Amino acid sequence: MSIVTISPPLELAVPHYSARIYVTLRPSVLDPAGTAVQSGLAHMGYSNVGPVRIGKYIELTLEADSEEAASQQLDRMCDQLLANPVIENYRFELQTLATV
Amino acid sequence: MKFGIIVFPGANCDRDVAYVTRDILGQPTRMVWHEEGDLGDIDVVVVPGGFSYGDYLRCGAIARFSPAMQATVEHAQAGKPVLGICNGFQILTEVGLLPGALMRNRDMRFICDRLPLRVERTNLLWTNGYTPGQVITLPIAHGEGCYYADEATLAELEANDQIVFRYSGPEGAVDAAHNPNGSLGNIAGICNRQGNVLGLMPHPERASDAVLGGVDGLPLFQGLVQALVAA
Repeated sequence: MSIVTISPPLELAVPHYSARIYVTLRPSVLDPAGTAVQSGLAHMGYSNVGPVRIGKYIELTLEADSEEAASQQLDRMCDQLLANPVIENYRFELQTLATV
Repeated sequence: MKFGIIVFPGANCDRDVAYVTRDILGQPTRMVWHEEGDLGDIDVVVVPGGFSYGDYLRCGAIARFSPAMQATVEHAQAGKPVLGICNGFQILTEVGLLPGALMRNRDMRFICDRLPLRVERTNLLWTNGYTPGQVITLPIAHGEGCYYADEATLAELEANDQIVFRYSGPEGAVDAAHNPNGSLGNIAGICNRQGNVLGLMPHPERASDAVLGGVDGLPLFQGLVQALVAA
């Protein structure tokens, strides 16, 4: 049995977006991992390095009707799962992908 | 008194809890797979320790979306008892049943030890088996046990008497010298405002049989059963 893939007409295709999400510790929260890395850098000779803060970088793609809809969905994803608002802040960048 | 113990992929203290509730205390106990969403037959829900879903993203972050946890939230909201131990405590904060968050230990190391704790409050289902200010010794085993909450939340916890256990010296001194992981206020365990939800990083289930070197965790389970039977 063969599988036939039918591409939707271009004007009907749902836009795809790529998101780059940055999750960072809130300024009030101590970052022991960052402090350890700062000390590692100092051991390498980089005593000129100030405080280090370590966060997370997440990439994903999603389908949404508009950039605004994608942005609203990402806000919910970040608030509920990707970041913990008690200790973390987040920001993201959205890019429209070429419709396939 | 029926216990339900939530079993996540990566949980590893579920059987230890069942050994205490079923084998030592003789209470009916059901292991609840994380995909189950009906806890109607359960009196006490225990969210056990371990590494649910591999601790991916953050400890407890993914577990909160499981059907069993959604049912646990409803159980708690109905005023019924919910106990979270170690990873279970982390999950209870992620799901919003308890305030604050548990972060990487101050010194970055996973700590496996037996430590003294001061019991701060005994007028709870969970702690009526202890005396006020009693110092007990329980095992801890965690990499992310550093309790954090913003100042307003901490003040609220203090004002409402929600801090149940603090890391302390053997005589009960609560100070920086007896803080293993950097937890604010030496906090080792807290309850919600109503007192029916308890989360703690130490493992009472690992200190309930003399064969394991200590029994200071047993009064927590015994006191709970007695309080619920009497109610």
